Amino acid sequence: MTTTALLRKRVAWGRIALHAGCLAALLVMLYPLAWLLATSLKPANEVIASLDLLPSHIAWSNYTTALDGVNGVSIWRLLGNSLLIAGGAVLGNVFSCSLAAYAFARLRFRMRRPLFAFMIATIMLPHHAVLIPQYIIFNKLGLVNTYWPLILPKFLATEAFFVFLIVQFMRGLPRELEEAARIDGCGPFRSFFSIVLPLTRPALITTAIFTFIWTWNDFFTQLIYLFDPDKFTLTLALRSFVDASSQSSFGPMFAMSVIALLPIVLFFLAFQRFLVEGMASSGLKG
Amino acid sequence: MTTTDVPAPTAHRSAASAQRRPTRERQGAAWVFLSPWVLGATVLTLLPMAVSLYLSFTDYDLFDPPHWVGLRNYVQMFTEDPRYWRSVLTTLTYVVIAVPLQLGLALVVALALKGMKRGKGFYRSAFYAPSLLGASMSVALVWRAVFNDGGTVDHLLGTGGWVNQPGWALLAVALLTVWQFGAPMVIFLAGLQQIPAELYEAAAVDGAGKWRQFVSVTVPMLSPVLFFNLVLQTIQAFQVFTPAFAISAGKGGPADSTLVYTLYLYDRGFVASHMGYASAMAWVLLLVIGAVTAVLFRTSRSWVFYASEGER
Repeated sequence: MTTTALLRKRVAWGRIALHAGCLAALLVMLYPLAWLLATSLKPANEVIASLDLLPSHIAWSNYTTALDGVNGVSIWRLLGNSLLIAGGAVLGNVFSCSLAAYAFARLRFRMRRPLFAFMIATIMLPHHAVLIPQYIIFNKLGLVNTYWPLILPKFLATEAFFVFLIVQFMRGLPRELEEAARIDGCGPFRSFFSIVLPLTRPALITTAIFTFIWTWNDFFTQLIYLFDPDKFTLTLALRSFVDASSQSSFGPMFAMSVIALLPIVLFFLAFQRFLVEGMASSGLKG
Repeated sequence: MTTTDVPAPTAHRSAASAQRRPTRERQGAAWVFLSPWVLGATVLTLLPMAVSLYLSFTDYDLFDPPHWVGLRNYVQMFTEDPRYWRSVLTTLTYVVIAVPLQLGLALVVALALKGMKRGKGFYRSAFYAPSLLGASMSVALVWRAVFNDGGTVDHLLGTGGWVNQPGWALLAVALLTVWQFGAPMVIFLAGLQQIPAELYEAAAVDGAGKWRQFVSVTVPMLSPVLFFNLVLQTIQAFQVFTPAFAISAGKGGPADSTLVYTLYLYDRGFVASHMGYASAMAWVLLLVIGAVTAVLFRTSRSWVFYASEGER
Protein backbone atom coordinates (compact mmCIF):
# COMPACT_ATOMS: atom_id res chain seq x y z
CA MET A 1 0.00 0.00 0.00
CA THR A 2 1.41 3.38 -0.95
CA THR A 3 1.61 6.29 1.46
CA THR A 4 -0.89 8.34 -0.53
CA ALA A 5 -3.46 5.57 -0.28
CA LEU A 6 -2.84 5.37 3.47
CA LEU A 7 -3.19 9.13 3.73
CA ARG A 8 -6.42 9.11 1.79
CA LYS A 9 -7.77 6.43 4.07
CA ARG A 10 -6.83 8.47 7.12
CA VAL A 11 -8.51 11.56 5.67
CA ALA A 12 -11.68 9.56 5.01
CA TRP A 13 -11.72 8.31 8.60
CA GLY A 14 -11.09 11.82 9.83
CA ARG A 15 -14.04 13.08 7.86
CA ILE A 16 -16.30 10.34 9.21
CA ALA A 17 -15.19 11.15 12.77
CA LEU A 18 -15.89 14.83 12.15
CA HIS A 19 -19.42 14.14 10.93
CA ALA A 20 -20.04 11.75 13.81
CA GLY A 21 -18.89 14.40 16.26
CA CYS A 22 -21.07 17.07 14.69
CA LEU A 23 -24.12 14.81 14.66
CA ALA A 24 -23.58 13.84 18.30
CA ALA A 25 -23.29 17.50 19.28
CA LEU A 26 -26.43 18.24 17.31
CA LEU A 27 -28.38 15.48 19.07
CA VAL A 28 -27.44 16.90 22.48
CA MET A 29 -28.41 20.38 21.35
CA LEU A 30 -31.72 19.37 19.91
CA TYR A 31 -32.63 17.28 22.95
CA PRO A 32 -34.39 20.13 24.82
CA LEU A 33 -36.56 20.78 21.77
CA ALA A 34 -37.40 17.10 21.36
CA TRP A 35 -38.17 16.99 25.08
CA LEU A 36 -40.50 19.96 24.69
CA LEU A 37 -42.39 18.36 21.83
CA ALA A 38 -42.62 15.00 23.63
CA THR A 39 -43.72 16.51 26.94
CA SER A 40 -46.43 18.54 25.28
CA LEU A 41 -47.99 15.23 24.23
CA LYS A 42 -47.59 13.35 27.50
CA PRO A 43 -50.43 12.57 29.92
CA ALA A 44 -50.10 14.37 33.26
CA ASN A 45 -48.75 11.41 35.22
CA GLU A 46 -45.82 10.85 32.85
CA VAL A 47 -44.63 14.40 32.44
CA ILE A 48 -41.90 14.18 35.02
CA ALA A 49 -40.10 11.24 36.56
CA SER A 50 -39.32 9.49 33.33
CA LEU A 51 -36.44 9.73 30.93
CA ASP A 52 -38.50 8.27 28.09
CA LEU A 53 -39.18 10.77 25.40
CA LEU A 54 -42.10 8.80 24.00
CA PRO A 55 -45.39 8.99 25.89
CA SER A 56 -47.31 5.77 26.58
CA HIS A 57 -50.23 7.30 24.74
CA ILE A 58 -50.53 10.67 23.06
CA ALA A 59 -52.46 13.18 25.17
CA TRP A 60 -53.94 15.64 22.68
CA SER A 61 -55.88 17.01 25.62
CA ASN A 62 -52.86 19.16 26.51
CA TYR A 63 -53.38 21.02 23.26
CA THR A 64 -57.13 21.36 23.64
CA THR A 65 -56.54 22.76 27.13
CA ALA A 66 -53.89 25.11 25.72
CA LEU A 67 -56.33 26.30 23.06
CA ASP A 68 -58.67 27.43 25.82
CA GLY A 69 -55.92 29.85 26.75
CA VAL A 70 -54.97 31.36 30.08
CA ASN A 71 -56.94 33.52 32.51
CA GLY A 72 -60.04 33.16 30.36
CA VAL A 73 -58.35 34.57 27.27
CA SER A 74 -58.36 32.27 24.28
CA ILE A 75 -55.17 31.35 22.55
CA TRP A 76 -56.39 32.93 19.33
CA ARG A 77 -56.60 36.24 21.08
CA LEU A 78 -53.07 35.80 22.46
CA LEU A 79 -51.79 34.78 19.04
CA GLY A 80 -53.49 37.77 17.47
CA ASN A 81 -51.93 40.13 20.02
CA SER A 82 -48.48 38.66 19.41
CA LEU A 83 -48.93 38.96 15.65
CA LEU A 84 -50.14 42.55 15.89
CA ILE A 85 -47.13 43.63 17.93
CA ALA A 86 -44.60 41.71 15.84
CA GLY A 87 -46.21 42.91 12.60
CA GLY A 88 -46.21 46.53 13.75
CA ALA A 89 -42.57 46.23 14.81
CA VAL A 90 -41.60 44.77 11.42
CA LEU A 91 -43.28 47.61 9.53
CA GLY A 92 -41.70 50.18 11.83
CA ASN A 93 -38.18 48.84 11.64
CA VAL A 94 -38.17 48.31 7.88
CA PHE A 95 -39.55 51.79 7.31
CA SER A 96 -37.47 53.84 9.72
CA CYS A 97 -34.21 51.90 9.62
CA SER A 98 -34.02 51.88 5.81
CA LEU A 99 -34.59 55.66 5.71
CA ALA A 100 -31.86 56.36 8.25
CA ALA A 101 -29.52 53.83 6.64
CA TYR A 102 -29.86 55.50 3.22
CA ALA A 103 -28.92 58.87 4.70
CA PHE A 104 -25.88 57.41 6.47
CA ALA A 105 -24.76 55.25 3.58
CA ARG A 106 -25.40 57.48 0.61
CA LEU A 107 -26.10 61.14 1.42
CA ARG A 108 -23.65 63.82 2.47
CA PHE A 109 -24.69 66.10 5.28
CA ARG A 110 -23.04 68.02 8.05
CA MET A 111 -22.54 66.03 11.27
CA ARG A 112 -22.67 62.77 9.35
CA ARG A 113 -19.60 61.29 11.02
CA PRO A 114 -20.44 62.15 14.65
CA LEU A 115 -24.06 61.11 14.20
CA PHE A 116 -23.02 57.82 12.65
CA ALA A 117 -20.64 57.20 15.55
CA PHE A 118 -23.47 57.99 17.97
CA MET A 119 -25.80 55.62 16.12
CA ILE A 120 -23.21 52.81 16.39
CA ALA A 121 -22.72 53.58 20.09
CA THR A 122 -26.44 53.12 20.76
CA ILE A 123 -26.10 49.51 19.61
CA MET A 124 -24.04 48.95 22.75
CA LEU A 125 -26.27 51.05 25.00
CA PRO A 126 -28.01 48.88 27.60
CA HIS A 127 -31.77 49.14 27.23
CA HIS A 128 -32.08 49.71 30.97
CA ALA A 129 -30.42 53.11 30.78
CA VAL A 130 -33.42 54.50 28.90
CA LEU A 131 -36.09 52.11 30.11
CA ILE A 132 -37.43 53.92 33.17
CA PRO A 133 -37.80 57.39 31.58
CA GLN A 134 -39.36 55.78 28.49
CA TYR A 135 -41.81 54.08 30.82
CA ILE A 136 -42.55 57.41 32.53
CA ILE A 137 -43.09 59.12 29.17
CA PHE A 138 -45.53 56.46 28.00
CA ASN A 139 -47.18 56.49 31.41
CA LYS A 140 -47.67 60.28 31.23
CA LEU A 141 -49.15 59.89 27.76
CA GLY A 142 -51.56 57.31 29.13
CA LEU A 143 -50.14 54.66 26.81
CA VAL A 144 -49.06 52.09 29.38
CA ASN A 145 -51.11 48.91 28.96
CA THR A 146 -51.46 49.63 25.23
CA TYR A 147 -49.33 48.39 22.32
CA TRP A 148 -47.91 51.82 21.50
CA PRO A 149 -44.82 51.55 23.73
CA LEU A 150 -43.99 48.28 21.97
CA ILE A 151 -44.52 49.49 18.40
CA LEU A 152 -43.96 53.24 18.25
CA PRO A 153 -40.19 53.15 19.10
CA LYS A 154 -39.64 50.89 16.09
CA PHE A 155 -40.98 53.58 13.79
CA LEU A 156 -38.28 55.87 15.16
CA ALA A 157 -35.33 53.64 14.25
CA THR A 158 -34.41 52.93 17.85
CA GLU A 159 -32.97 49.53 16.95
CA ALA A 160 -29.66 50.80 15.63
CA PHE A 161 -28.45 47.27 14.90
CA PHE A 162 -30.74 47.18 11.86
CA VAL A 163 -29.70 50.64 10.67
CA PHE A 164 -26.12 49.38 10.80
CA LEU A 165 -27.03 46.15 8.98
CA ILE A 166 -28.74 48.03 6.14
CA VAL A 167 -25.94 50.63 5.94
CA GLN A 168 -23.43 47.79 5.51
CA PHE A 169 -25.52 46.35 2.72
CA MET A 170 -26.14 49.66 0.92
CA ARG A 171 -22.44 50.47 0.93
CA GLY A 172 -21.90 47.37 -1.17
CA LEU A 173 -24.23 48.56 -3.95
CA PRO A 174 -22.60 50.12 -7.03
CA ARG A 175 -22.75 53.90 -6.89
CA GLU A 176 -22.85 54.24 -10.70
CA LEU A 177 -26.56 53.43 -10.81
CA GLU A 178 -27.49 56.40 -8.65
CA GLU A 179 -25.00 58.67 -10.38
CA ALA A 180 -26.51 57.82 -13.73
CA ALA A 181 -29.98 58.44 -12.30
CA ARG A 182 -28.90 61.77 -10.86
CA ILE A 183 -27.62 62.92 -14.24
CA ASP A 184 -31.03 61.96 -15.61
CA GLY A 185 -32.55 64.35 -13.07
CA CYS A 186 -33.43 61.86 -10.36
CA GLY A 187 -33.57 63.42 -6.89
CA PRO A 188 -32.59 61.60 -3.71
CA PHE A 189 -36.17 60.51 -2.99
CA ARG A 190 -36.75 59.01 -6.42
CA SER A 191 -33.32 57.44 -6.30
CA PHE A 192 -34.06 55.92 -2.88
CA PHE A 193 -37.44 54.47 -3.76
CA SER A 194 -36.79 53.38 -7.34
CA ILE A 195 -33.17 52.30 -7.27
CA VAL A 196 -31.65 51.74 -3.84
CA LEU A 197 -34.62 50.29 -1.97
CA PRO A 198 -35.38 47.50 -4.47
CA LEU A 199 -31.69 46.51 -4.50
CA THR A 200 -31.62 46.48 -0.70
CA ARG A 201 -34.39 43.89 -0.54
CA PRO A 202 -32.23 41.11 0.97
CA ALA A 203 -31.18 43.35 3.87
CA LEU A 204 -34.78 44.49 4.37
CA ILE A 205 -36.01 40.90 4.46
CA THR A 206 -33.31 40.06 7.00
CA THR A 207 -34.38 43.05 9.09
CA ALA A 208 -38.02 42.03 8.87
CA ILE A 209 -37.42 38.43 9.91
CA PHE A 210 -35.09 39.27 12.78
CA THR A 211 -37.48 41.95 14.01
CA PHE A 212 -40.36 39.50 13.90
CA ILE A 213 -38.50 36.80 15.81
CA TRP A 214 -36.98 39.13 18.39
CA THR A 215 -40.27 40.92 19.02
CA TRP A 216 -42.14 37.62 19.21
CA ASN A 217 -39.61 36.35 21.78
CA ASP A 218 -39.34 39.61 23.68
CA PHE A 219 -40.41 39.23 27.27
CA PHE A 220 -39.06 42.11 29.32
CA THR A 221 -40.74 45.01 27.47
CA GLN A 222 -44.07 43.21 27.31
CA LEU A 223 -43.79 42.36 30.99
CA ILE A 224 -43.48 45.97 32.09
CA TYR A 225 -45.96 47.53 29.65
CA LEU A 226 -48.91 45.12 29.53
CA PHE A 227 -51.22 44.34 32.46
CA ASP A 228 -54.59 43.20 31.14
CA PRO A 229 -54.72 39.47 30.45
CA ASP A 230 -56.70 40.11 27.25
CA LYS A 231 -53.85 42.30 25.96
CA PHE A 232 -51.25 39.64 26.74
CA THR A 233 -49.09 38.08 24.07
CA LEU A 234 -48.30 34.37 23.98
CA THR A 235 -44.97 35.04 25.68
CA LEU A 236 -46.63 36.91 28.53
CA ALA A 237 -49.33 34.30 28.89
CA LEU A 238 -46.58 31.72 29.36
CA ARG A 239 -45.40 33.85 32.24
CA SER A 240 -48.54 32.88 34.15
CA PHE A 241 -47.11 29.39 34.21
CA VAL A 242 -43.81 30.57 35.68
CA ASP A 243 -45.22 30.69 39.20
CA ALA A 244 -47.31 27.57 38.77
CA SER A 245 -45.44 24.53 39.98
CA SER A 246 -48.33 22.07 39.97
CA GLN A 247 -47.63 19.23 37.60
CA SER A 248 -51.17 19.14 36.27
CA SER A 249 -50.49 22.32 34.29
CA PHE A 250 -47.22 21.03 32.85
CA GLY A 251 -48.70 19.38 29.77
CA PRO A 252 -50.82 22.37 28.68
CA MET A 253 -47.96 24.74 29.50
CA PHE A 254 -45.61 22.93 27.14
CA ALA A 255 -48.34 22.58 24.53
CA MET A 256 -48.64 26.35 24.61
CA SER A 257 -44.84 26.66 24.50
CA VAL A 258 -44.82 24.60 21.31
CA ILE A 259 -47.49 26.84 19.80
CA ALA A 260 -45.45 29.90 20.78
CA LEU A 261 -42.31 28.50 19.16
CA LEU A 262 -44.03 27.36 15.98
CA PRO A 263 -43.88 30.67 14.08
CA ILE A 264 -40.18 31.04 14.84
CA VAL A 265 -39.45 27.53 13.68
CA LEU A 266 -41.42 28.12 10.48
CA PHE A 267 -39.67 31.43 9.85
CA PHE A 268 -36.34 29.78 10.48
CA LEU A 269 -37.04 26.93 8.06
CA ALA A 270 -38.30 29.30 5.38
CA PHE A 271 -35.67 32.02 5.69
CA GLN A 272 -32.60 30.38 7.18
CA ARG A 273 -30.41 31.67 4.37
CA PHE A 274 -31.29 35.30 5.14
CA LEU A 275 -30.95 34.75 8.88
CA VAL A 276 -27.60 32.98 8.76
CA GLU A 277 -26.12 35.36 6.21
CA GLY A 278 -27.55 38.40 7.96
CA MET A 279 -25.91 37.30 11.20
CA ALA A 280 -22.65 36.47 9.39
CA SER A 281 -22.41 39.84 7.64
CA SER A 282 -23.04 41.76 10.87
CA GLY A 283 -19.64 40.72 12.17
CA LEU A 284 -17.63 41.54 9.08
CA LYS A 285 -16.44 44.89 7.89
CA GLY A 286 -18.43 46.06 4.87
CA MET B 1 -27.26 79.08 -30.96
CA THR B 2 -28.82 80.47 -27.77
CA THR B 3 -25.76 79.86 -25.65
CA THR B 4 -23.74 82.52 -27.45
CA ASP B 5 -26.32 85.13 -26.36
CA VAL B 6 -25.58 84.51 -22.72
CA PRO B 7 -22.65 86.54 -21.33
CA ALA B 8 -19.89 84.28 -20.13
CA PRO B 9 -19.70 85.47 -16.48
CA THR B 10 -23.43 84.85 -15.90
CA ALA B 11 -23.13 81.36 -17.33
CA HIS B 12 -20.27 80.78 -15.02
CA ARG B 13 -22.20 82.01 -11.99
CA SER B 14 -25.32 80.04 -12.77
CA ALA B 15 -23.24 76.89 -13.24
CA ALA B 16 -21.70 77.45 -9.83
CA SER B 17 -25.04 78.01 -8.16
CA ALA B 18 -26.49 75.03 -9.98
CA GLN B 19 -23.72 73.05 -8.41
CA ARG B 20 -24.37 74.47 -4.97
CA ARG B 21 -28.13 74.16 -5.05
CA PRO B 22 -28.29 70.37 -5.39
CA THR B 23 -25.93 69.93 -2.46
CA ARG B 24 -28.10 72.12 -0.26
CA GLU B 25 -31.11 70.23 -1.55
CA ARG B 26 -29.36 66.96 -0.74
CA GLN B 27 -28.57 68.19 2.77
CA GLY B 28 -32.26 68.88 3.25
CA ALA B 29 -33.16 65.50 1.81
CA ALA B 30 -30.71 63.80 4.17
CA TRP B 31 -32.43 65.33 7.18
CA VAL B 32 -35.83 64.22 5.89
CA PHE B 33 -34.53 60.65 5.62
CA LEU B 34 -32.97 60.94 9.05
CA SER B 35 -35.95 62.55 10.76
CA PRO B 36 -37.49 59.41 12.33
CA TRP B 37 -34.09 58.40 13.65
CA VAL B 38 -33.32 61.91 14.93
CA LEU B 39 -36.66 62.03 16.72
CA GLY B 40 -36.12 58.58 18.23
CA ALA B 41 -32.54 59.30 19.22
CA THR B 42 -33.56 62.54 20.91
CA VAL B 43 -36.86 61.63 22.56
CA LEU B 44 -36.29 57.93 23.25
CA THR B 45 -32.53 57.81 23.83
CA LEU B 46 -30.79 61.08 24.75
CA LEU B 47 -33.61 62.63 26.76
CA PRO B 48 -34.30 59.40 28.71
CA MET B 49 -30.59 59.05 29.48
CA ALA B 50 -30.56 62.55 30.96
CA VAL B 51 -33.82 61.95 32.83
CA SER B 52 -32.64 58.66 34.25
CA LEU B 53 -29.44 60.35 35.44
CA TYR B 54 -31.56 62.99 37.16
CA LEU B 55 -33.95 60.41 38.64
CA SER B 56 -31.02 58.48 40.05
CA PHE B 57 -30.57 61.36 42.52
CA THR B 58 -34.22 61.28 43.58
CA ASP B 59 -36.85 59.27 45.33
CA TYR B 60 -39.58 58.57 42.81
CA ASP B 61 -42.53 56.20 42.94
CA LEU B 62 -44.30 57.27 39.68
CA PHE B 63 -47.14 58.99 41.58
CA ASP B 64 -45.64 61.74 43.75
CA PRO B 65 -43.19 64.15 42.11
CA PRO B 66 -39.52 63.12 42.30
CA HIS B 67 -37.89 64.13 45.57
CA TRP B 68 -34.20 65.11 45.39
CA VAL B 69 -32.06 62.99 47.70
CA GLY B 70 -28.58 63.64 46.30
CA LEU B 71 -26.30 60.61 46.40
CA ARG B 72 -28.59 58.71 48.77
CA ASN B 73 -29.48 55.98 46.24
CA TYR B 74 -25.84 55.37 45.35
CA VAL B 75 -24.75 55.34 48.99
CA GLN B 76 -27.52 52.91 49.84
CA MET B 77 -26.63 50.69 46.88
CA PHE B 78 -22.95 50.49 47.67
CA THR B 79 -23.01 50.36 51.45
CA GLU B 80 -26.39 49.25 52.79
CA ASP B 81 -27.85 46.82 50.30
CA PRO B 82 -26.36 43.33 50.40
CA ARG B 83 -28.80 42.18 47.70
CA TYR B 84 -27.32 44.78 45.33
CA TRP B 85 -23.82 43.36 45.74
CA ARG B 86 -25.27 39.88 45.46
CA SER B 87 -26.74 40.83 42.08
CA VAL B 88 -23.41 42.35 40.97
CA LEU B 89 -21.51 39.22 41.96
CA THR B 90 -24.12 36.96 40.35
CA THR B 91 -23.96 38.87 37.08
CA LEU B 92 -20.15 38.94 36.98
CA THR B 93 -20.02 35.21 37.73
CA TYR B 94 -22.53 34.57 34.98
CA VAL B 95 -20.62 36.70 32.45
CA VAL B 96 -17.31 35.01 33.30
CA ILE B 97 -18.83 31.52 32.92
CA ALA B 98 -21.13 32.03 29.97
CA VAL B 99 -19.18 34.25 27.57
CA PRO B 100 -15.87 32.31 27.35
CA LEU B 101 -17.69 28.96 27.18
CA GLN B 102 -20.03 30.21 24.48
CA LEU B 103 -17.32 31.81 22.36
CA GLY B 104 -14.95 28.87 22.84
CA LEU B 105 -17.59 26.42 21.67
CA ALA B 106 -18.53 28.71 18.79
CA LEU B 107 -14.90 28.86 17.63
CA VAL B 108 -14.31 25.10 17.93
CA VAL B 109 -17.45 24.28 15.93
CA ALA B 110 -16.65 26.95 13.32
CA LEU B 111 -13.16 25.45 12.88
CA ALA B 112 -14.66 21.98 12.57
CA LEU B 113 -17.11 23.12 9.89
CA LYS B 114 -14.64 25.30 7.98
CA GLY B 115 -13.04 22.71 5.77
CA MET B 116 -16.12 20.54 5.40
CA LYS B 117 -17.19 19.92 1.83
CA ARG B 118 -20.54 18.29 2.36
CA GLY B 119 -23.06 19.12 5.07
CA LYS B 120 -21.55 22.45 6.07
CA GLY B 121 -24.69 24.43 5.22
CA PHE B 122 -26.86 21.96 7.09
CA TYR B 123 -24.77 22.02 10.27
CA ARG B 124 -24.41 25.78 10.12
CA SER B 125 -28.17 26.25 10.08
CA ALA B 126 -28.86 23.52 12.62
CA PHE B 127 -26.35 24.86 15.16
CA TYR B 128 -27.68 28.36 14.60
CA ALA B 129 -31.34 27.48 15.29
CA PRO B 130 -31.04 27.55 19.13
CA SER B 131 -29.81 31.15 18.93
CA LEU B 132 -33.25 32.16 17.70
CA LEU B 133 -35.31 29.83 19.87
CA GLY B 134 -33.31 30.14 23.07
CA ALA B 135 -34.34 33.72 23.78
CA SER B 136 -37.97 32.65 24.15
CA MET B 137 -39.89 32.05 27.33
CA SER B 138 -40.85 28.62 25.93
CA VAL B 139 -37.28 27.35 25.96
CA ALA B 140 -36.55 29.00 29.33
CA LEU B 141 -39.45 26.98 30.77
CA VAL B 142 -38.09 23.81 29.17
CA TRP B 143 -34.74 24.60 30.75
CA ARG B 144 -36.32 24.93 34.16
CA ALA B 145 -38.04 21.56 33.81
CA VAL B 146 -34.98 19.74 32.43
CA PHE B 147 -32.75 21.08 35.22
CA ASN B 148 -35.41 20.65 37.92
CA ASP B 149 -35.83 17.93 40.53
CA GLY B 150 -36.75 14.82 38.61
CA GLY B 151 -35.74 16.44 35.33
CA THR B 152 -33.38 14.91 32.80
CA VAL B 153 -30.19 16.30 34.33
CA ASP B 154 -31.20 15.01 37.75
CA HIS B 155 -31.79 11.56 36.23
CA LEU B 156 -28.48 11.53 34.39
CA LEU B 157 -26.24 13.00 37.08
CA GLY B 158 -28.24 12.24 40.21
CA THR B 159 -27.41 15.67 41.55
CA GLY B 160 -30.96 16.66 42.36
CA GLY B 161 -32.50 19.66 40.61
CA TRP B 162 -29.94 22.29 39.77
CA VAL B 163 -32.49 25.06 39.75
CA ASN B 164 -33.21 24.41 43.44
CA GLN B 165 -29.59 24.53 44.55
CA PRO B 166 -27.91 27.88 45.07
CA GLY B 167 -24.57 26.50 43.91
CA TRP B 168 -25.92 25.22 40.59
CA ALA B 169 -28.88 27.33 39.52
CA LEU B 170 -26.75 30.05 37.90
CA LEU B 171 -24.87 27.40 35.92
CA ALA B 172 -28.19 26.26 34.47
CA VAL B 173 -28.87 29.86 33.35
CA ALA B 174 -25.36 30.10 31.90
CA LEU B 175 -25.76 26.83 29.99
CA LEU B 176 -28.86 28.22 28.29
CA THR B 177 -26.66 31.04 26.98
CA VAL B 178 -23.89 28.67 25.96
CA TRP B 179 -26.50 26.60 24.11
CA GLN B 180 -27.02 29.65 21.89
CA PHE B 181 -23.45 29.61 20.56
CA GLY B 182 -24.75 29.46 16.98
CA ALA B 183 -24.85 33.22 16.41
CA PRO B 184 -21.15 33.87 17.18
CA MET B 185 -20.30 30.59 15.40
CA VAL B 186 -21.88 31.82 12.17
CA ILE B 187 -19.83 35.03 12.45
CA PHE B 188 -16.63 33.06 13.14
CA LEU B 189 -17.30 30.83 10.15
CA ALA B 190 -17.80 33.82 7.87
CA GLY B 191 -14.55 35.28 9.20
CA LEU B 192 -12.65 32.04 8.64
CA GLN B 193 -13.81 31.87 5.06
CA GLN B 194 -12.43 35.33 4.35
CA ILE B 195 -8.88 34.29 5.25
CA PRO B 196 -7.05 33.89 1.92
CA ALA B 197 -5.96 30.32 1.19
CA GLU B 198 -2.56 31.63 0.00
CA LEU B 199 -1.65 32.49 3.58
CA TYR B 200 -2.04 28.85 4.59
CA GLU B 201 -0.17 27.68 1.50
CA ALA B 202 2.68 30.06 2.21
CA ALA B 203 2.82 28.94 5.82
CA ALA B 204 2.82 25.28 4.77
CA VAL B 205 5.66 25.93 2.32
CA ASP B 206 7.59 27.48 5.19
CA GLY B 207 7.12 24.24 7.07
CA ALA B 208 4.38 25.31 9.47
CA GLY B 209 2.27 22.47 10.87
CA LYS B 210 -1.45 22.63 11.58
CA TRP B 211 -1.02 24.10 15.05
CA ARG B 212 1.54 26.66 13.89
CA GLN B 213 -0.82 27.67 11.06
CA PHE B 214 -3.62 28.10 13.56
CA VAL B 215 -1.53 30.29 15.86
CA SER B 216 0.22 32.33 13.18
CA VAL B 217 -2.42 32.64 10.48
CA THR B 218 -5.90 31.82 11.78
CA VAL B 219 -5.76 33.60 15.14
CA PRO B 220 -4.40 36.95 13.91
CA MET B 221 -6.61 36.96 10.80
CA LEU B 222 -9.67 36.09 12.89
CA SER B 223 -8.91 38.50 15.73
CA PRO B 224 -11.19 41.35 14.53
CA VAL B 225 -14.13 38.92 14.36
CA LEU B 226 -13.18 37.43 17.70
CA PHE B 227 -13.10 40.93 19.14
CA PHE B 228 -16.51 41.79 17.65
CA ASN B 229 -18.05 38.63 19.14
CA LEU B 230 -16.40 39.23 22.50
CA VAL B 231 -17.71 42.79 22.79
CA LEU B 232 -21.21 41.93 21.60
CA GLN B 233 -21.67 38.81 23.72
CA THR B 234 -20.22 40.47 26.83
CA ILE B 235 -22.58 43.43 26.53
CA GLN B 236 -25.52 41.10 25.99
CA ALA B 237 -24.51 38.87 28.90
CA PHE B 238 -24.54 41.81 31.30
CA GLN B 239 -28.21 42.29 30.42
CA VAL B 240 -29.44 38.70 30.79
CA PHE B 241 -33.00 38.58 32.11
CA THR B 242 -35.52 36.10 30.70
CA PRO B 243 -33.83 32.80 31.68
CA ALA B 244 -33.09 34.01 35.22
CA PHE B 245 -36.69 35.21 35.51
CA ALA B 246 -38.11 31.91 34.24
CA ILE B 247 -35.85 29.62 36.24
CA SER B 248 -36.47 31.46 39.51
CA ALA B 249 -40.13 32.37 38.94
CA GLY B 250 -39.10 36.02 38.86
CA LYS B 251 -37.58 35.95 42.34
CA GLY B 252 -33.88 35.44 41.60
CA GLY B 253 -33.74 32.43 43.92
CA PRO B 254 -32.77 30.06 45.35
CA ALA B 255 -31.04 32.22 47.98
CA ASP B 256 -30.62 35.02 45.40
CA SER B 257 -28.26 32.81 43.40
CA THR B 258 -29.90 33.79 40.09
CA LEU B 259 -30.61 37.39 41.07
CA VAL B 260 -28.90 38.89 38.04
CA TYR B 261 -28.49 42.66 37.86
CA THR B 262 -31.42 43.36 35.53
CA LEU B 263 -33.73 41.11 37.56
CA TYR B 264 -32.93 43.10 40.70
CA LEU B 265 -33.36 46.35 38.74
CA TYR B 266 -36.78 45.16 37.60
CA ASP B 267 -37.63 44.19 41.17
CA ARG B 268 -36.61 47.59 42.62
CA GLY B 269 -38.19 49.68 39.86
CA PHE B 270 -41.29 47.87 38.72
CA VAL B 271 -42.20 45.65 41.66
CA ALA B 272 -41.18 47.88 44.59
CA SER B 273 -41.75 51.18 42.68
CA HIS B 274 -38.37 52.66 43.63
CA MET B 275 -37.79 54.30 40.26
CA GLY B 276 -34.99 56.51 41.57
CA TYR B 277 -33.09 53.56 42.94
CA ALA B 278 -33.63 51.57 39.75
CA SER B 279 -32.39 54.55 37.71
CA ALA B 280 -29.23 54.68 39.79
CA MET B 281 -28.78 50.96 39.13
CA ALA B 282 -29.31 51.56 35.41
CA TRP B 283 -26.66 54.26 35.35
CA VAL B 284 -24.13 52.09 37.13
CA LEU B 285 -24.87 49.36 34.57
CA LEU B 286 -24.36 51.86 31.76
CA LEU B 287 -21.04 53.00 33.23
CA VAL B 288 -19.84 49.45 33.86
CA ILE B 289 -20.73 48.30 30.34
CA GLY B 290 -19.06 51.43 28.97
CA ALA B 291 -15.95 50.77 31.07
CA VAL B 292 -15.77 47.10 30.12
CA THR B 293 -16.17 47.98 26.44
CA ALA B 294 -13.46 50.65 26.76
CA VAL B 295 -11.09 48.18 28.42
CA LEU B 296 -11.77 45.61 25.71
CA PHE B 297 -11.05 48.24 23.04
CA ARG B 298 -7.89 49.33 24.85
CA THR B 299 -6.49 45.81 25.19
CA SER B 300 -7.56 44.99 21.64
CA ARG B 301 -4.70 47.15 20.33
CA SER B 302 -2.25 44.52 21.46
CA TRP B 303 -4.00 41.49 20.03
CA VAL B 304 -6.45 42.50 17.31
CA PHE B 305 -4.82 42.55 13.92
CA TYR B 306 -6.28 44.46 10.98
CA ALA B 307 -4.89 43.40 7.62
CA SER B 308 -4.83 46.95 6.27
CA GLU B 309 -2.73 48.10 9.22
CA GLY B 310 -0.25 45.28 8.74
CA GLU B 311 0.56 46.47 5.24
CA ARG B 312 1.79 49.81 6.46
